[in-house]
Amino acid sequence: MTTRTAVAGRGYPREGASGEPNLLEIENLMVRFELPAETVRAVSGVSLSVAPSETFALVGESGSGKSVSMLSVMGLLPSPPAVVSGSIRLEGREVLGMPGRLLRRFRGRDVAMVFQEPMSSLNPVHRVGRQIGESLRIHRGVARSEARRQAIHLLDRVGIPSASIRVDDYPHEFSGGMRQRAMIAMALACDPKLLIADEPTTALDVTVQAQIVDLVRELQAEYRLAVVWITHDLGVVAEIADRVAVMYAGRILETGQASDLYRATRHPYTSGLLRSIPRLDRSVTTRLAEIPGAPVRVVSELAACPFDDRCPLAADGCQDALPELEAVGPEGHSSACIHHHEMGSASSLWPEGTAAGRQDSEEQPGDVVVSIRDLRVHFPIIRGMRESRKRAIRAVDGVSLDVVRGKTLGIVGESGCGKTTLGRAMVALVRPTGGTIEINGEPINHRSGRHRKVVQMIFQDPFSAMNPGMRVSDVIAEPLRIHRLADAGTARERVSELLTQVGLPPDSGGRYPHEFSGGQRQRIAVARALAADPEVVVCDEPVSSLDVSVQAQVINLLADLQARTGMAMVFIAHDLAVVRHVSHEVGVMYLGEIVEKAPRDQLYEDPLHPYTKALLEAVPVPEPDYDASQRTRLVGDVPSPADPPAGCRFHTRCPVAVEGLCSTVKPALEEVTPGRWVSCHLVSPPAG
Amino acid sequence: MTATGGEDRAIRRAVRRRSRLPTILGVAGLVIVGALVVTAVFAPWLAPYDPTERIARPFLFPSAEHPLGTNDVGHDLLSEIIFGSRVSLMVGLVAATVALLIGTTVGVIAGYYPKRLGSTLMRGVDVILILPFLPLLIVLAAYLGRSLLNTILVIGLLIWAEPARIIRSQVLSLRSREYVLAARSMGAPDRWTILRHIVPRTALLATGSFVRAVSGAILLEAALSFLGLGDPIQKSWGSTLYWAQTRGAFLTPAWKWWVLPPGLLIMLASLGFALIAFSLEERINPRL
Repeated sequence: MTTRTAVAGRGYPREGASGEPNLLEIENLMVRFELPAETVRAVSGVSLSVAPSETFALVGESGSGKSVSMLSVMGLLPSPPAVVSGSIRLEGREVLGMPGRLLRRFRGRDVAMVFQEPMSSLNPVHRVGRQIGESLRIHRGVARSEARRQAIHLLDRVGIPSASIRVDDYPHEFSGGMRQRAMIAMALACDPKLLIADEPTTALDVTVQAQIVDLVRELQAEYRLAVVWITHDLGVVAEIADRVAVMYAGRILETGQASDLYRATRHPYTSGLLRSIPRLDRSVTTRLAEIPGAPVRVVSELAACPFDDRCPLAADGCQDALPELEAVGPEGHSSACIHHHEMGSASSLWPEGTAAGRQDSEEQPGDVVVSIRDLRVHFPIIRGMRESRKRAIRAVDGVSLDVVRGKTLGIVGESGCGKTTLGRAMVALVRPTGGTIEINGEPINHRSGRHRKVVQMIFQDPFSAMNPGMRVSDVIAEPLRIHRLADAGTARERVSELLTQVGLPPDSGGRYPHEFSGGQRQRIAVARALAADPEVVVCDEPVSSLDVSVQAQVINLLADLQARTGMAMVFIAHDLAVVRHVSHEVGVMYLGEIVEKAPRDQLYEDPLHPYTKALLEAVPVPEPDYDASQRTRLVGDVPSPADPPAGCRFHTRCPVAVEGLCSTVKPALEEVTPGRWVSCHLVSPPAG
Repeated sequence: MTATGGEDRAIRRAVRRRSRLPTILGVAGLVIVGALVVTAVFAPWLAPYDPTERIARPFLFPSAEHPLGTNDVGHDLLSEIIFGSRVSLMVGLVAATVALLIGTTVGVIAGYYPKRLGSTLMRGVDVILILPFLPLLIVLAAYLGRSLLNTILVIGLLIWAEPARIIRSQVLSLRSREYVLAARSMGAPDRWTILRHIVPRTALLATGSFVRAVSGAILLEAALSFLGLGDPIQKSWGSTLYWAQTRGAFLTPAWKWWVLPPGLLIMLASLGFALIAFSLEERINPRL
């Protein structure tokens, strides 16, 4: 369809490893933002190249400069305040400083980009098909009807069912996964040579993430696309990346073939990142390995290794000069660490540490703190002036759970399964429609008062959960003041004691939340939740907004505190691997119901419900060449909780659903073996 | 391609320029308001004569002794205008305070309890916003009688609706912020969340609408006094205009010193506060 004309560029493109000339060449890229208050150096000297039809993963934590460097390839950085220098060549042609008119010609045609949040990248007032056809009409000048025909074809290609009908839908009528598929269709419209995917799966559920990864892999083979995949998660890209570059503080610290980088890691940071990913195939008896500290923000020009203060290998030489990438292995494997030859195994570099008095799950059951029986929370759908009585979002629909003292109950499920609502009902933020929640035998009271101190909550995003105008000491002391647990003097003492407990300097109470890093803020939130000496702490996705290297710190902190205080925890998360690390018992939720509930090890070793199986299989494994073809991928998205499917709610996506049974008869949650509950027709309860 | 020094400077300049205009206007507003406040506070020292005493023949043309001449009963017009700033500013500030107190209370309550209580309150606000302003003001002022306190009350009671709306919309968004949820999840009573987390966060917005309310109140006071509904004892810019009108100064050459100065001052005072309000708003909500 397209004729790819050879571009006459300045000089010849260099050749990549495969012998073909490189598609994208970035040399010594520098990006800084001239802000009124300070100059932030987002990218300081990045050089990389991408060969045709190769997948290049750019991995780094927030603020590492990974997105900024790719946005400068697209020429999408706002200037001012961004100042870009260096060289970016696309098929040998210099892109930096190219006038907008020329830039627009290749943007969207030769290079396309997919962003993290598909809802905000799609225009809500235009039909999806029209938005896909837009770039065709711009770059190819095709007629409207032809653009529409091609949009249908593309939507079909990216796996949107009944594309010829959905092409006229508006973005809000698509689910999250479908929107991201539509974005990919849009990116592919003009048959680009390079696709830049900026965290394309971060906002999606694990099951959908796996679908999108598969889709990109397929499309890449079909269209001979080069893909630059930007991510913070080494796990996601392991399966698809040919080459990987790990960025930190605006620099590439290690780069190489995926297999070399994952198996023969030559930089302590990469190895730390790999170690701090909670994994399903390792035992959970120990603490997670953690990288201390928080990612840095580079303000002045780098003169030393930026990772120095968090590095276990840091020695005298590290502060002397900025380490450059040097070859450490075959096929371009290079590392910017002067001590790379001293790197032993990852486990000796980043020890997992011993669990301080952490009990195992195989103990006799303790007493029940929270007892939830047949809890239902329905939100009425408001249409116009009246709320309809019949139709409602059934966020939680008949959940019964017990939380045991000193133990952690993990709740997992995709977004929209009602796990957050369940957690909020436990702290009386939402009023149940039916059922009971009892804490220590007493029904939960929605009125405020002292009785409410027994259950406290930790939110997903610690920053938005703190009043930005309050000092940290006031933030932490708030539960004390609400419940009148301390006078001014003892409150101050208690705050510094709590700060020490969560691993922050006791005198940091005078500062404001914005002065802390994400991980530190979550520590503050933990301190606040503990201030009132609660018996139960509900953690709603407490680590999912944090950087990978910091997640492990917070998980370990929570586990330690539980061992010390004996509190019960409800740990709500979408990430099965994280939940496995902290929980003693795990409940899997789907569309407002518990579909499987079991002690941790039983659930992870032998999942019974097909949904649990699918969730477990969707968890990415940070191993290159991991054979993913054996997996059963879930199709589609979670149906609307306003209108749950009849029969077994999972039957619409279940790979083993029995027609006529699963679609009509609702399975009951039955005890299969002691302590293990499953709601599935295909899992037989014990005889008798 | 490397960015040269010249380019760098251009970028820095562009960054700075973006935030300059509101600041300039804000400073201009502050200067105007500051000058007026100084005039009002030091009026007895600044004014050459007592404005309530007959110190010369009526209808004098401007002279070295009486820079703005005298009025129909022989008061020095310049002194009258200088003292008039006291009334105008005081009515403006006090009426705006009244309006803000009512507006904030209604706005916070309506925003925090948006369902039944909130919508009832907001219907009341709508009614006040719909009512034709000036006729109501005249009727109320005439009914309550002519006194400074009444003027302040009438103006305050009529202009609280707008701050109420602005504050309610802010509270609506604040109440679903996670830190408010967090406080509620800790077991905080409503009073706690409102006083600790909601009201302090509306303070900035309230300041903006206060300043704007002052600007509006000054205009309203001038309008009332011009219509002869102000306090007959107090001399304000509006009442100076009223007397100028009744004595036919609008049609004689006297308009240049009798009508123009108080008129300009009314405009200037209102403008000064409006400029401050604009600059504040730009700071509070730059994407407006």
